[in-house]
Amino acid sequence: MNNILTLNNIIFSYEVDQPEVKNAVEDVSFTVTEGEWIAIVGHNGSGKSTIARIINGLLFPQSGDVTVFGKLMNEDNLWSIRTELGMVFQNPDNQFVGATVQDDVAFALENNGVPYEDMVARVHQSLAQVKMEQFLNHEPQHLSGGQKQRVAIAGALALRPKLLILDEATSMLDPQGRQEVLDIVRKLRDDTGLTVLSITHDLEEAILADRILFMNQGRKFAEGQPSEIFALGDELVELGLDLPFSMKMAKMLQEKGIQLDGTHMSDEELVENLWISNFKK
Amino acid sequence: MDIELQKVSYSYAKGTPFEKAALFGVDLMIESGKYHAIIGHTGSGKSTVLQHLNALLKPSEGIVKIGDEMIEAGKKNKKLRQVRQHIGIVFQFPEHQLFEETVLKDIAFGPMNFGVSEEEAYARAHEVIKTVGLDDSILQKSPFDLSGGQMRRVAIAGVLAMKPDVIVLDEPTAGLDPRGRHNIMELFSKLQKDHNLTMILVTHSMEDAARYADDLTIMHDGKSVLRGMPREIFKDVDKLAQYRLKVPHVVAFQMRLEQRLGSKLAKLCLTEEDLVDEIARAAKKVREES
Repeated sequence: MNNILTLNNIIFSYEVDQPEVKNAVEDVSFTVTEGEWIAIVGHNGSGKSTIARIINGLLFPQSGDVTVFGKLMNEDNLWSIRTELGMVFQNPDNQFVGATVQDDVAFALENNGVPYEDMVARVHQSLAQVKMEQFLNHEPQHLSGGQKQRVAIAGALALRPKLLILDEATSMLDPQGRQEVLDIVRKLRDDTGLTVLSITHDLEEAILADRILFMNQGRKFAEGQPSEIFALGDELVELGLDLPFSMKMAKMLQEKGIQLDGTHMSDEELVENLWISNFKK
Repeated sequence: MDIELQKVSYSYAKGTPFEKAALFGVDLMIESGKYHAIIGHTGSGKSTVLQHLNALLKPSEGIVKIGDEMIEAGKKNKKLRQVRQHIGIVFQFPEHQLFEETVLKDIAFGPMNFGVSEEEAYARAHEVIKTVGLDDSILQKSPFDLSGGQMRRVAIAGVLAMKPDVIVLDEPTAGLDPRGRHNIMELFSKLQKDHNLTMILVTHSMEDAARYADDLTIMHDGKSVLRGMPREIFKDVDKLAQYRLKVPHVVAFQMRLEQRLGSKLAKLCLTEEDLVDEIARAAKKVREES
């Protein structure tokens, strides 16, 4: 497996001259391999968005290094590295520059000097990938939240990135919009093998990832497959997150003295376990 | 103070080539002292309704009644200032509206703007900062040195310092982590009960609406399409689906369980705690019968 991204012992502080202020990121290391979906979760202020900004070179760590596609990131190669990282931010309204959907998707291509014919083809292709090709000439501000984020993803895809970073990209969307975006990301991964790094505190979103990195107070608290992370149970809640619905319900039922065996990773599984242990005659 | 919308229609940029109709004959009744949720997917018109609740927008057609004041299409009302004083709006990402040098000044700005003396405004700041669960000492800090969660609490304190009778919440937990979300929602619920406030929650979270609201209004395509108590509205999955909405997760789970059991539980549960109790009761019954 090729390493897409490696972070090595990253330390970052927003207040370098004030040693009493805690570092925002404290000695964090991890690797993302090609084709993987990795989710970084953690409470507000746990350092997850700082990591996103370090990955795309908006911030430079005081110590440690970032390697992207085998290249050690520095101020000289930063711009070329950025073209390979597609980033989608939290608020869809803050990232539109074009008057129409297609202008917006073309913006980054124009900036990178992509020839016109190639540009048109790429705009159409990436909008088709997020199922927004019907909206070429629409004004971005009149789209729904889910549609806006899909256009933002298309804008990122048009540059043919090796890594798509979603920085809380679904947290401002309604449930339907969130579902639309997650369905698209999942489909892109299945179809193209895109590598995804999503930063989120929605555990229902994190459960879709191959691997979860759990941040607490700037440190990496745990790392593993979703089932391993969710097995932490109460610790997740104590650190400001929540359990997925089925696991939370199972825990509350057991506390009420209801017998339950097995794991409860989904609603279906919990209903079945409830039935077998308590209602089946 | 009751708030009522009667057949309210609204168009943005009316009379220009960019005119865009956003509301069509919306009826809405919010009773004094109740917790009312307005639900709809993005673009359903709920934010436009919100701006009518304290006359930031005036209806293109129809009437908005806020207490004894009437705001009618095409008529001037000179008492809007008083009306607005009674209605506090917590906008999405309220922390973006902080601007003063200190938290104290920021909280006092609203009341002073409405003619409250500096002394009184500062006294209120000391009071409300505790209400939102922060320490007095934070009042002397710059609002921009606070964490995101603290900033949001300060912004909410600024609304409370106006001593509003009605508080309108526009997606107040957007962007917060689960613990922050829970704490803020519990704070509003307690405020509403302790001070008998009218609380209006504009949200797309079915879970919050189910847990906290006395009444719901569903918005869809600029119309108010459904109104009732949560227990009534959330039992109709098909109807909600027409408006591109889903029942709360806990309700969906109960329905799935009932299907497996082949029978219904005694009531529709709107919170996890309720459902756990109901399942425990049903399981006990099965044990006793066998």
